[in-house]
Amino acid sequence: MTEPLLRVRDLHVTFDLDEGTVRAVDGASFDVMPGQVVGIVGESGCGKSVTMKAILQLVDEPGRLGGGEILYRARATDGEEVVDLAKLPRRGTRMRAIRGAEIALIPQEPMAAFSPVHTVGEQIVEAIELHQRQWRPEGGRLSRADARAIVVDLFRDVGISMPEQRIDAYSWQLSGGLRQRAMIAMALSCKPRLLIADEPTTAIDVTTQAQVLALLRELQRKYGTAIIFITHDLGVIAQMASEVVVMYLGRVMEKGPVDAIFHAPKHPYTRALLRSMPSLHGATRVALPTITGALPHPFNRPAGCPFHPRCEEAIAGRCATRVPRMQPIDERQAVSCFLHHDAAEAS
Amino acid sequence: MSASAASLLQVKRLRKFFPIVKGVFRKTVGHVRAVDDVSFDVREGETLGLVGESGCGKTTASRCILRALAPTDGEILFRRKDGSIVDLAPMTRPQLRPLRSEIQMIFQDPFGSLNPRMTLFDNVGEPLLVSGMRNRGERTDRVAELLKLVGLRAEFMHRFPHAFSGGQRQRIGIARALATNPRLVVADEPVSALDVSVQAQVLNLLLELQQRLKLTFLFVAHDLSVVRHISDRVAVMYVGQIVELAPTEAIFSRPRHPYTAALMRAVPVPDPRVAAGDVVLKGEVPSPAKPPAGCYFHPRCPHATDRCRSEAPALRELAPGHFTRCHLAEALTLGPA
Repeated sequence: MTEPLLRVRDLHVTFDLDEGTVRAVDGASFDVMPGQVVGIVGESGCGKSVTMKAILQLVDEPGRLGGGEILYRARATDGEEVVDLAKLPRRGTRMRAIRGAEIALIPQEPMAAFSPVHTVGEQIVEAIELHQRQWRPEGGRLSRADARAIVVDLFRDVGISMPEQRIDAYSWQLSGGLRQRAMIAMALSCKPRLLIADEPTTAIDVTTQAQVLALLRELQRKYGTAIIFITHDLGVIAQMASEVVVMYLGRVMEKGPVDAIFHAPKHPYTRALLRSMPSLHGATRVALPTITGALPHPFNRPAGCPFHPRCEEAIAGRCATRVPRMQPIDERQAVSCFLHHDAAEAS
Repeated sequence: MSASAASLLQVKRLRKFFPIVKGVFRKTVGHVRAVDDVSFDVREGETLGLVGESGCGKTTASRCILRALAPTDGEILFRRKDGSIVDLAPMTRPQLRPLRSEIQMIFQDPFGSLNPRMTLFDNVGEPLLVSGMRNRGERTDRVAELLKLVGLRAEFMHRFPHAFSGGQRQRIGIARALATNPRLVVADEPVSALDVSVQAQVLNLLLELQQRLKLTFLFVAHDLSVVRHISDRVAVMYVGQIVELAPTEAIFSRPRHPYTAALMRAVPVPDPRVAAGDVVLKGEVPSPAKPPAGCYFHPRCPHATDRCRSEAPALRELAPGHFTRCHLAEALTLGPA
């Protein structure tokens, strides 16, 4: 059996603010296999973006990693070695060699991610020069012309027409779709083995989104890159991911293969989330099933299972006091809910 | 479109062009045709959904109707409470003033649309003050009533907006829009900033309020499943024009414009057993400053003919109440969503 490329174990990220401590990620665990697309879905404040920042060691003050392991199978001189990214110094050479080269990020807002005063080509060339070992494993310097040629090829790969001209464009001269394609080219420029896509299509229109999703699917097949796909859009998850992790208030509620999550969801939150979506096929102008209440304020995390105040199936005397542990349903699906098992976390 | 007795709002040949200026002398070198010959009517008590991608002119059109913008051309006929019909398009600000209470707006961003320095009482009560309710006690009663109407507690009126979640703030925005008993409510992307679980609550609230208060909605949004859920009829816009307008059921089961069909196919289906569709639409939306000749959609249309490239199609009625702007509508068999 193949080993996971990334194993996140009991990850905690906390933000120490004047008003109190926010537990943004509160014991998240999941695996990413090589070449797999894992979708992380959840509403705002569920910790999905913070988890990704933690993997890349990009959590800014006052946030900090409060425990847990991020085991990544990194390339090494002789094969591979497992490193715990959570233990690496943020600004150390090892982390900087991994960030961008081994694990790359496609951010939500390509407009904000590109510098407006450098051409997109310059910015990608810079990344390639920085991580040139990815292109020249045997050593030797990569010339600027070589790097430019790589960028032109990448642009062609991601479907940017007239790549020789577009390489000298500024990000603000490109349309939303082209800008996101350039961002994908940049993320792929150093041949990462893991790509983190943080809501990559949220800011763009639906017809452009369809193009970008098709492109990501095609590139994923071609290069076999593993992708962690973060989104709140269940439609996008269904079309992109093979494995799904459902998060709520910093905790993983349920995880499993995409088909099981959509057709045999076990956690009341997953079920409620799927029901509350308007669809292109259901009845119109009737009341949608809702999840009662609102997401609690981050300072007011409920005790016990974080979802219990909004859960219709909460068990009196148990869900409000004890935290359910992640329990396997079968080989691939696991759920953190007392309806499916009795095990609580010792805390 | 024929003038129906039940129309609350009739928009006729609405145009809004923005000049493109260049150089020190601010010479006009062209126009962005943001809204270009848009006609539709909104019947009393119905919800008309206005959908399209960014830049299609849906927001500009709705702002013209609210007269936050002055239209370049066209008529905006509104039937007042007393039955008289007025044209909002040429009106001046003082002329519009008495009409403002009858047409209100719900905004997209629940964080930007409430004044953070004002309590809920002041935020929700301001339209009342503007429309002449000077008595504070009277206003307090009305604000309390409005907050209860949208599912919030009356005691909340002394708090500030920051104490509320996105969904609650959107309820506050709805309460404010309803303060003056409007008949037409223009909602511009009212749920797109909300999480899925909260979005369903707000959609339910809008449906419930519409029935209870006999409201008429112009619902502007980009999310097709949301628009389908809430609308009686749907108008699809592309590059400043309406390309299709029909009852919700008809347009979703049998779209009659290739753009509508492609838009529907592009929505990712939340079911992993449904294979992702092929990318139907290649290329990008043309600029409304330089729209292509003929049908604006022809460069991206898989069915385009020579006629589409040269002759601009008109919006015509294909079946009763089903309008489309396509030369080939009869010949094409377009799949449903």
